[in-house]
Amino acid sequence: MPLIEVKNLTYTYPGSIKPSIKKVNLTIEKGEFLILTGPSGCGKTTLCRCFNGLIPNFYYGKLSGDIIVAGLSVRECPTFELAQRVGFVFQNPENQLFALSVEKDVAFGLENLGLPREEIRERVEWALDMVRITDLREMAPYELSGGQQQRVAIASVMAMRPEILVLDEPTSFLDPVAAKTIFEVVKRFNEELRMTIILVEHRLDLTAPYSNRIVVMDKGQIKLDGTPREILRSDKAGRLGVCIPKVVKLSEALKEERVKLEQVPLTADETAQIIRRILER
Amino acid sequence: MIEVSGLHFTYPTGVEALRGVSTKIGKGEFVAIMGENGAGKTTLAKHFNGLLKPSRGKVFVNGIDTRKASVAELSRKVGLVFQNPDHQFFCETVKEEIAFGLRNFGFPREAIKERVKWALALLGLTKYEKSSPFVLSGGEKKRLALASVLAWDPEVLIIDEPTIGQDYAQKEKLRHFIAQLIAKEKAVIIITHDIEFVADCSPRVIVMSRGRIVMDGPAWTVLTNHKQILKAALIPPQVTQVFIKLSDLGMPTGIIGVNEARDLLVERLLGASG
Repeated sequence: MPLIEVKNLTYTYPGSIKPSIKKVNLTIEKGEFLILTGPSGCGKTTLCRCFNGLIPNFYYGKLSGDIIVAGLSVRECPTFELAQRVGFVFQNPENQLFALSVEKDVAFGLENLGLPREEIRERVEWALDMVRITDLREMAPYELSGGQQQRVAIASVMAMRPEILVLDEPTSFLDPVAAKTIFEVVKRFNEELRMTIILVEHRLDLTAPYSNRIVVMDKGQIKLDGTPREILRSDKAGRLGVCIPKVVKLSEALKEERVKLEQVPLTADETAQIIRRILER
Repeated sequence: MIEVSGLHFTYPTGVEALRGVSTKIGKGEFVAIMGENGAGKTTLAKHFNGLLKPSRGKVFVNGIDTRKASVAELSRKVGLVFQNPDHQFFCETVKEEIAFGLRNFGFPREAIKERVKWALALLGLTKYEKSSPFVLSGGEKKRLALASVLAWDPEVLIIDEPTIGQDYAQKEKLRHFIAQLIAKEKAVIIITHDIEFVADCSPRVIVMSRGRIVMDGPAWTVLTNHKQILKAALIPPQVTQVFIKLSDLGMPTGIIGVNEARDLLVERLLGASG
């Protein structure tokens, strides 16, 4: 049985006339690392809000079709129950931080789960260390920079060790090196704990190498669904406004000049290796 | 246009955010400020419109010492678009949001109407004119923030992280209209981590680290300076990385564009296989 099953889902926000997502069908298996991308306003964030029941339980609005997450129907299951299965890192970190110190913010979810004190302490330490903010523990979240707040938001969700982790452009305020460390941590969770990852991203040059699947949305519908290599080299992806990584563009540009690389590269490393092999032949 | 000399700034919390910054930005210049989180990029930008005043050193905008001018006066000339658009919205509709600044600067009614219309169309927001800013998606909010500043036509436009949440088509549009502003002799300053966008635009690049400017020059020299770039917590553009990794095979290392990369490779690869 798939871990997430979206069936013929259509949803309209209260006060809107047009649905934000239309007849979406999608199944996600346990352990996948899926990137959800598409033009701004295409419905990515809206679809993610369905995975933990924020839609329709918090936003209300009109929903038809169904979403089953870990065997639970989102329409019937209360949000607090789903929240234990699905961790959510919001696009704007300010929307999820509220405590007076970083440490308390990270501990909050765990306290609500009723975990023993020792375990809470351990998990908080571990989460702070994972995203490298142990030195910020006493700070108030509102004193922090956008990038630091994003790390706090990620730590507080990771501490919960959810089965499914939904991240909505989680590193947009972070510098590339910091962003990379976050994606590497997420990838480790995915591999070691078989945590299922759903990542909303435009920056595919940084993230595509970690994923096994890319889903492209446009105008509330799913337009493309496949492996990173399939999606990124397709003409359709470019037309839909997907940010094609430069190395993929380079390999396509070379193909037009009748230089064919043995496979579509996703990283600079891969590209350099492929070219090196041709040159050293 | 903007002249900074020996600028130091310490926040009331004691954090020393700028530690001796000097630079000049002229009319018609396009500058990207890059660097790690906490490097002082946004703090520097806030000195350009007088939101922050130097603890030590001086900032001049159009020859005016920012310590002797009000934010209102300065922001008419220097428009700042914040990193987090939620920080600048408070009106009930998208249209009102754009009109607000114009009204404050005392534009006549007809002009306000026209400029609002122009800014909405320019950033593809016309269909939302009557919506609340808070129902927009992340990427759309970012564009609204930009529209509301562009509307009053400042001499200098500073955009903090303009490409966050933007898809490729939007980024291309952004690139084109920055080029248009530059052609009109405006100065445009972007603060960004998006190195591929910077590689596409190829502006002057200022790299900051720990409150200081550590590199300043044209994109193709700065972005390809592998060691310094990594020190500033940046990652060189993908194409640059490929060429750096192949440098032992005699490949040049100062490459940032896909087209120049293709031309160089076609020559070498067709030679190699043929």
